[in-house]
Amino acid sequence: MKDLLDDIDRWHAAGLRVAVARVVDIEGSGPRDPGAAMAVNEHGEVAGSVSGGCVEGAVVGEALAVLAGEAPARIVSFGYSDDDAFAVGLTCGGTIRLFIEPLEW
Amino acid sequence: MALFASLSELLRADEPVALVTVVDGPNVGAKLLVTPGTDPLGSLGNAELDRIASRDAIAELEAGRSGVRRYGPDGQTTPEDLEAPAVTVFVESWAPPPQMWIFGAVDFTAALAKVAKVLGYRVTVCDAREVFATRRRFPMADEVVVSWPGPLFERRGHTLRQRDAVCILTHDPKFDVPAVAGALATSVGYIGVMGSRRTHATRLERLAEVGIDRPEQLDRLMSPIGLDLGARTPEETAVSICAEIIARRTGRGVPSLRDGSGPIHS
Repeated sequence: MKDLLDDIDRWHAAGLRVAVARVVDIEGSGPRDPGAAMAVNEHGEVAGSVSGGCVEGAVVGEALAVLAGEAPARIVSFGYSDDDAFAVGLTCGGTIRLFIEPLEW
Repeated sequence: MALFASLSELLRADEPVALVTVVDGPNVGAKLLVTPGTDPLGSLGNAELDRIASRDAIAELEAGRSGVRRYGPDGQTTPEDLEAPAVTVFVESWAPPPQMWIFGAVDFTAALAKVAKVLGYRVTVCDAREVFATRRRFPMADEVVVSWPGPLFERRGHTLRQRDAVCILTHDPKFDVPAVAGALATSVGYIGVMGSRRTHATRLERLAEVGIDRPEQLDRLMSPIGLDLGARTPEETAVSICAEIIARRTGRGVPSLRDGSGPIHS
């Protein structure tokens, strides 16, 4: 989160809405520890990362859905245990859970 | 946005802070911002849950840990509540960065300070020689202190903890011996001392002269400093030192120079 502050401030100053995705839990081998975070603005611009690049694309989609009000703030899991693991699984074989929410607090 | 503004301010000032967020259960997204010694900001939606969660967040913060915690509706932590939690929170901790104190304003110091910064350390460079210990030579360090080791340890040695590191690169017994003595008197987790095996043997004699000869003291010294990577340049040596610090923390069995024999550079 700390590394994202400058980008978030810049986006807020430009009047853009922002969603934040944070790793809250990992099972098995995961590339990043809890607390790893990425921010996505309403234009789909990204700061930070939550994995080794495996799930970022999917996270952007989820974050935009949260910002558009199409999905609530919630936990989203990625990994082998998921049905769509083939599409957005982690190459390291672990599972990560992210909490995605609008940054409006 | 009041909570985020407070969090940003604390993070930018490197102040310790924990953010508790409800990630499952009632009030998803509700937050509590916890800092040691002050009342928490925000609420998870239940006063008793706030009280228990902020107590736990302080403990997580002290340990520098982030993770998920589960509670009953009013913060209960009975086995049943943990099994089928009413509320799941994510506690994210931001502890102040670990410290690295580097003694000796030499070429290796600049390289080590650079690598340590990449790893997130707050870096202090200390040397008694005013001409060498300058900000201009070590712009990457967070501070450059012109001092003998003794006074620096007396003033701030108590702030060094398990996750901090002291690296002594001076090669000069006048400076090495008080730096080692000062570091051993703290709870610092890593003490590395540069020099060849011969230098180390001589240093051990000088340390013995000032009463430092107990095996449990000498066992804390990583000397020669660094992993046995065959590092040659200051930059490679810096990587071998930082890699050794990581390996000591994780307990992985990678070869340290200290535990081997023969020449350091071959």
